[in-house]
Amino acid sequence: MFSQFKYWEPYISPFDPCPPIRVKSYSTPPNLYINFQPPGMPQFKTPKQALLHGTLWPDLYSPYPNPAKRGDQLE
Amino acid sequence: MWYYEKKLQYPVKVRDCNPRLAKYLIEQYGGADGELAAALRYLNQRYTIPDKVVGLLNDIGTEEFAHLEMIATMVYKLTKDATPEQLKEAGLGAHYANHDRALFYQNAAGDPFTATYIQAKGDPIADLYEDIAAEEKARATYQWIINMSDDPELNDSLKFLREREVIHSLRFREAVEILKDERDRKKIF
Ligand SMILES: [Fe+2]
Repeated sequence: MFSQFKYWEPYISPFDPCPPIRVKSYSTPPNLYINFQPPGMPQFKTPKQALLHGTLWPDLYSPYPNPAKRGDQLE
Repeated sequence: MWYYEKKLQYPVKVRDCNPRLAKYLIEQYGGADGELAAALRYLNQRYTIPDKVVGLLNDIGTEEFAHLEMIATMVYKLTKDATPEQLKEAGLGAHYANHDRALFYQNAAGDPFTATYIQAKGDPIADLYEDIAAEEKARATYQWIINMSDDPELNDSLKFLREREVIHSLRFREAVEILKDERDRKKIF
């Protein structure tokens, strides 16, 4: 299974005026990895779950903000 | 910075005196999917995109300026010796009134170039998908101009430019594959 976020380390100059953000991230949602949705993908257990996620299929759900990050960190 | 080489990326020859073709070619000069928009879009995205694909944007953005020069050369050759009467007949009367025979960053309909043609979303996937779409649109524009031109020597240069759009599109799709790669999944906090 693919990961929903990727991370990279931007170049940090010794002369940067602001304290550096050493690691930046970007979202890589499921649509990047599925060229054509295969039939029979598992669905959410209840209609309400599907409604709240915006899709019938858990595998197509793209979380945002990054759940691996704390709320006080920059996305 | 850049070093300048005083020659075109690919030779530009124009056989027929045909100012009307210049009016259509200007679409690739200052139009939404033209070479100026492409160069500015890629060179601007370089700063905030992940470092793995900065070099690609730098190279392609630079090449787009070389394409811009080729289009400018075509437009210039097609119009430099046209009389005001010929320009009027070619639908360039309004252009002549405003610019004489000077080139101007505008599209085929005469709308001036605007920065709203290009986007910088900051999200690397969104930006690269815009770049892929821009290359395909530029390829299509070259096709429609080739369809309207019966100058074999000019078309030879246009076919070269069209092929470069095909290659650029592939390179941007490769860049998306690089950014999708799972090697960067591990959290390096
Ligand atoms: Fe291009």
